[in-house]
Amino acid sequence: MRVALFVTCVNDALYPGTGIAVVRLLERLGVTVDFPAAQSCCGQAVYNTGYRYETEPLVRRTARAFEGYRYVVTPSGSCAAMVREQYPRIGRRAAAEGRGGELAELAAGLAPRVYELTEFLVDVLGVTDVGAYFPHRVAYHPSCHGLRALGLGDRPRRLLAAVRGLELRELEGAEECCGFGGTFALKNPDVSVAMGVDKVRAVGASGADVLCGGDNSCLAHLGGLLDRRGQAVRAVHLAEVLAATEERPWPGTLRERGSRW
Amino acid sequence: MTAHDTSANGAPRMTGRDVVLARIRRALAGAPPAAPVPRDYLRVHADRSPQQCADLLAEHLADYRARVHRTGPDGLPATLTRLLSAARGVLVPDGLPGTWLAAATAAGAVLLADRPEDTPAELDRADAVLTGCALAIAETGTIVLDGGPAQGRRRLTLVPDHHVCVVHAPAQVVDSVPQALERLDPTRPLTWISGPSATSDIELDRVEGVHGPRTLDVVLVWSQ
Amino acid sequence: MAGDVARTGVTVVSGAFLGMPAFPEAARAAVHDATLRANLRHATRTIRDKRARAVAELADFPQLRAAGHAVKDHTLRHLDTYLLRLEAAVTAAGGTVHWAADAAEANRIVTELVLATGEREAVKVKSMATQETGLNEALAEAGIRAYETDLAELIVQLGHDRPSHILVPAIHRNRSEIRDIFRAEMGGWGRPAPEGLGDDPRELAEAARLHLREKFLRAKVGISGANFMVAETGTLVVLESEGNGRMCLTLPETLISVVGIEKVVPTFRDLEIFLQTLPRSATAERMNPYTTLWTGTTDGDGPRTFHLVLLDNGRTDTLADDVGRQALRCIRCSACLNVCPVYERAGGHAYGSVYPGPIGAILSPQLRGTASGIDASLPFASTLCGACYEVCPVGIDIPEVLVHLRERIVQGGPVTRAGARVRIRPARGHAAERAAVRAARLLLDRPTALHTAERLLARARRLRHLPGPGRAWTDTRALPAVPAEPFRDWWRREREPQR
Repeated sequence: MRVALFVTCVNDALYPGTGIAVVRLLERLGVTVDFPAAQSCCGQAVYNTGYRYETEPLVRRTARAFEGYRYVVTPSGSCAAMVREQYPRIGRRAAAEGRGGELAELAAGLAPRVYELTEFLVDVLGVTDVGAYFPHRVAYHPSCHGLRALGLGDRPRRLLAAVRGLELRELEGAEECCGFGGTFALKNPDVSVAMGVDKVRAVGASGADVLCGGDNSCLAHLGGLLDRRGQAVRAVHLAEVLAATEERPWPGTLRERGSRW
Repeated sequence: MTAHDTSANGAPRMTGRDVVLARIRRALAGAPPAAPVPRDYLRVHADRSPQQCADLLAEHLADYRARVHRTGPDGLPATLTRLLSAARGVLVPDGLPGTWLAAATAAGAVLLADRPEDTPAELDRADAVLTGCALAIAETGTIVLDGGPAQGRRRLTLVPDHHVCVVHAPAQVVDSVPQALERLDPTRPLTWISGPSATSDIELDRVEGVHGPRTLDVVLVWSQ
Repeated sequence: MAGDVARTGVTVVSGAFLGMPAFPEAARAAVHDATLRANLRHATRTIRDKRARAVAELADFPQLRAAGHAVKDHTLRHLDTYLLRLEAAVTAAGGTVHWAADAAEANRIVTELVLATGEREAVKVKSMATQETGLNEALAEAGIRAYETDLAELIVQLGHDRPSHILVPAIHRNRSEIRDIFRAEMGGWGRPAPEGLGDDPRELAEAARLHLREKFLRAKVGISGANFMVAETGTLVVLESEGNGRMCLTLPETLISVVGIEKVVPTFRDLEIFLQTLPRSATAERMNPYTTLWTGTTDGDGPRTFHLVLLDNGRTDTLADDVGRQALRCIRCSACLNVCPVYERAGGHAYGSVYPGPIGAILSPQLRGTASGIDASLPFASTLCGACYEVCPVGIDIPEVLVHLRERIVQGGPVTRAGARVRIRPARGHAAERAAVRAARLLLDRPTALHTAERLLARARRLRHLPGPGRAWTDTRALPAVPAEPFRDWWRREREPQR
């Protein structure tokens, strides 16, 4: 099986380790991974801040970049939700406003082919035990767009539960938003931080030493708070947990060159 | 366009009604037709025998702190006498069965007829009110009054602090809200009562007893 | 009545919140108010689980939600028809119907109706519509005292405060604050608080009962809103808990109900949907303690005179927006407030409107327009987490409308104000952001340029503090460490050669 990796702009620039983890994980499961270089950003932050017109070129670019792939896999619930929920909407509005039907066609064509990583693993590959080894106490934060827009349900937890050595800790108020919210974190910093602090306190109370999630944007916010507060908890993307094996353990830091993976 | 502009032009001044209706029509010009209403929700939430339905009503009334008393037709007068034993003045609407009146009298209460000229302050001197009901809803623990016989004006069951309400099962008990609405006449003034007066206004915690009757006794009479 | 607010210092005049700062600033004070945070946290968490249980009890709740959604959409699509039908039915049943295009007209109508009775006081049952129009202040100017009788509204009125929640307007107050308000203020309005009043909710409720009873028993004029109006029969419906609603709706000789035009439903049967979804979504009960349904006037039972004032006040402008009009489905249950993590931290006052929380963030900027600082900031007062949409019993996609309103603010575009189509310009405050977004988009649309930027970033490596708007991040949160190379470079080196 051949899939296209939709790595997302945040992961490309700031979290290459997550992209590398997805590649290694999928290859380990017998999937051939392509990385169409024309991809850049899905446009979610631009769209959610109110700039729909500015988003349209990014919708077009993303849809074209993944033309021809039956499966487009992304390690981000948020970007997957953007493509699946908002792309068709953006296309329809462009058509309604007299800018032609091409964007709507492209958007509608891509939407059903995009899979968030855990959806692809559980629904398409039909696996929950991916052969991972991760000897840590882990709390899982279900990010909002994965949880509510995509309806990921218990897929991430089922995958984590099958990881050898991993102890899954209960996170109180897990389904509550962490306060990131894209530009919300900048426009409403006080509320954003108040929400984030409540979340990292719950993480602390869970006894976990790793905070795991499916969206690096939320993890950047929470990781930034954990760091400033001096909490000895690492924020790690789910893909990196699932990619880790006894032979090739998690490298332990995202700062190093990705080639260590 | 506002009402003002129109009158300045010498045309007849538009009323608020004209303005609002014109705005609505303009707002909806070109709007797509609305989807049909799906009515695939349930008429009742379980298949219950009349007995089970009465049991559920009792359980749900009690959940919200109504006091429920179950009896047969023979035990009704004694139950009423017991419930009204502390009341000196008891309001009685028109159409109350003679046996109920006798039971209230046996409790030592003075019967106060429902008179239109009484002021709310005069009603406030009564300790209790005794009524029947139009129907009761098991799924929500609700009794409904519609001003029919043995129910009286709405204020009667509002001002006194103690309401004793007789419900005949299975005849007056329905399962659900949809069934209740089917049986009610919208032209009558309707009062739906689910437990005694309550509030959640302090810290979103429920406290029973504010302005309406603080004690609600429901006598559930089973007669096949 | 003067409306000075101890907590925020904002003055309420005629229902508008003048001098209200934009949401982020207003929220800042609330976030750092430990008592307020604790009060809101306790109250919203108490109700969340209860609501979930009450809703889960109905296996067909999703179907009821879909039906409620569809009934409201259908009614809005034919709003003129149903309002005319309602008017005819209410009139036939002995009521009088008035139409008010805006708040001032509604207030004028009500004031004249009260004055015509010769009375100078009225008892009120909690009504969002009359809070929205600032009716109490308008009545006060005409020498009429309006007594709020809902316990929470009483707390707000006695405390010279503003409501901060749709269902529980005094949610920001805890029991000891309420006791202090009752002790200090009740005497000035009528019967003083009992000697030695404690802070047990039962005692507080009892104090309110005693204080308000004399007002109910002598009242000649009652003022209300309504949860629903049935076009087919002319029936109005009020759901409540305390019995103050029944008092106001049945004891006075004259009843005046001020109701938003979007509250109409076509048929009596339609109530079977909302009488199941509203109580469970609002107070998490199977049914609220009291529901009153009345149709015009009834001989010998209840008010002899009934006036219905139908209120527009921005609703038709909202109706004209094909994305935003879904906000008019709202049945004011406040479930979205109770699950909203932003509301829980910012509190209701920060929303600068009688409609706080997620629904307020989409309703206020539509009813009032986006000209003011507070209204232009409300659509951004959300992380778009979607919890509000999930619980909404009429399926309002609040995140969708929020993004739509953000678009209207930053990009400008056609809107309807007071019935007239106008084109608003992009908000000035967003000029720098617009330039940045445009630059970012140009970069993101050119992967080669993006790649160069990523490499430059990698060279800069670890930044600790950002300048300008970025400070909002780095003041409290560490930045992620910038990797030595972007993913693209790894791919090019490690995987490309294998192809």
